[in-house]
Amino acid sequence: MEWRDEGIILGARKYGETSVVLETMTAAHGRHLGLVKGGRSRRMQPLLQPGNRVDLVWRARLEEHLGAFQVEPLELNAARLLASAVAIHGIQLLAAHLRLMPERDAHAGLYETLKVITAHLDEPEIAGPLMVRFELALLDELGFGLDLGKCALTGSREGLAYVSPKSGRAVTQEAGTPWRDKLLPLPAFLTTRNTAETTREALDDAYRLTGFFFHRNVYEPRGMEEPDARGGFLMALARSAERAAD
Amino acid sequence: MSKSIAGPEIERLIQLLARVPGLGPRSARRAALHLIKKKDQLFAPLTAAMSDALDKVRICSTCGNVDTHDPCTICTDPRRDGSTIIVVEDVSDLWALERAGAMSARYHVLGGTLSPLDGVGPGDLNIAGLVSRVCEGGVSELILAVNATVEGQTTAHYITDQVAGMEIKVTRLAHGVPVGGELDYLDEGTLSAALKSRTSF
Repeated sequence: MEWRDEGIILGARKYGETSVVLETMTAAHGRHLGLVKGGRSRRMQPLLQPGNRVDLVWRARLEEHLGAFQVEPLELNAARLLASAVAIHGIQLLAAHLRLMPERDAHAGLYETLKVITAHLDEPEIAGPLMVRFELALLDELGFGLDLGKCALTGSREGLAYVSPKSGRAVTQEAGTPWRDKLLPLPAFLTTRNTAETTREALDDAYRLTGFFFHRNVYEPRGMEEPDARGGFLMALARSAERAAD
Repeated sequence: MSKSIAGPEIERLIQLLARVPGLGPRSARRAALHLIKKKDQLFAPLTAAMSDALDKVRICSTCGNVDTHDPCTICTDPRRDGSTIIVVEDVSDLWALERAGAMSARYHVLGGTLSPLDGVGPGDLNIAGLVSRVCEGGVSELILAVNATVEGQTTAHYITDQVAGMEIKVTRLAHGVPVGGELDYLDEGTLSAALKSRTSF
C-alpha cells in the first residue's frame, strides 16, 4: 500500500528512542497516523512540529497497518506560531478538534479550512472569527451542523439574531423576541461572509454558541470535557484584544 | 521461542539492562558480559553505587531536582541568585544548563510539558509549586528555558498566564542559529526566528 498526499501536522508522540508516531490531517486521507523512523533526530524534529504543512508518502504492507511516513517540508509554520500565545493555543485547539473526527475519514473541506486558519493563526483579529467558522464546519462534519441561513419560524433570511438551542436553527429578531431568554444570540458576522469589524462581544457570543453545541452534542455524549486548549485560546484572544485596545 | 543462553540471573540482568535508554537487547548482552568479566573492578562497585544511590536519592521538594539532600544542593547554595528562577522541563535540562555555567540562578523542574496527545495536563506538572514559589516573594525574574517546540511553548504560555499580574519579569530563551551552525542547513522556521530576534553588532 502506498499513497502520496499533503497534510498538516497535528502532533507527534515519541516511539522508542529514535522514532515518532506522527499525527497529520491530510487533504484526501483525513486524519492519519504513521511512524516516522528517525523522527526524533535533530534534522527531523523542527519539521515534525504541529502546524507545519508537509508532503507525505505513506507506505504499509496492509491498509489497516499503522504504516510509515516519509515526510518532506512544504510550509514550515511552527516557528511563526511559537511566538504568539493565540497561535500556540490555536494550533493545539485545532488538533484537539480534529481528534474528534474518526481516523482515515477524508474531509477535504475541513482540510482547506485548516490550511487557511493555520496561515492566519498569529493574527488574532483574523484567527478569532476563523476559528469559530472552523468550529461550525466541524459541527457540520460531525453531523450536528447548525442552520444559520434562514429563520426556522418565518423562513426569512434577513434579521437573524438568535439560534434555538433545541434545533440549532436560526430565528429572526422579531420572531425570537418572546423566547429571547431561552435562545442563544447569533452574531451577525456568522450569517455573512464578512468577518471584518467583528466586535469582542460578537466573538464571545459566537464561541458561546459553538461551545454550547459542542458540549451538548459531542463532549457530553462521549463523556469528554472541553479541551484545555479552547479555554487557553479564548483567554489568549481576550488578552490580545485588551492589548490592542490599550 | 529463543533458547536461553545463560542462567536465569544473568538473563534477568540482560533484560533489565535492555530497558536502560540507549541500550537494546544486543548491547545489554554486551554490557552484562563486560560487567561479569570485570566483576571486581566494575560489577561490584557499580552494584554498591547503585544501591547507595537508590537509598539516598531524593526529589527536591522545592525545585524538583534530583539530589541526595532535600532541599537540594542548588536550592541551599547561598551564592546563587535567588531572585531568578530558570524553569526547565526535565532534570537533564537543568544539568545541561549547569554544564553551560552561564548563570548562577535557582531552578524549577516541571517534570515534562503540557501534551494533550499524551494526556499530560497542568495538574500533572510541577506548575503549582512554581506559582507558590513566586507567591512567596523574593523572585524578580522567571526564565522559561523550555524546548522550542509547540508543546514546550504551550507550557511557557500557560505559566506566563499563571503568573500574570505578579510583579515579575518573564523571559524565554532566544531561538536562532546554534554556535557552529551553517545557515544553509537550518530549517526556514529557525532562520526566520533568528532574523526576527537579530541584535545590533
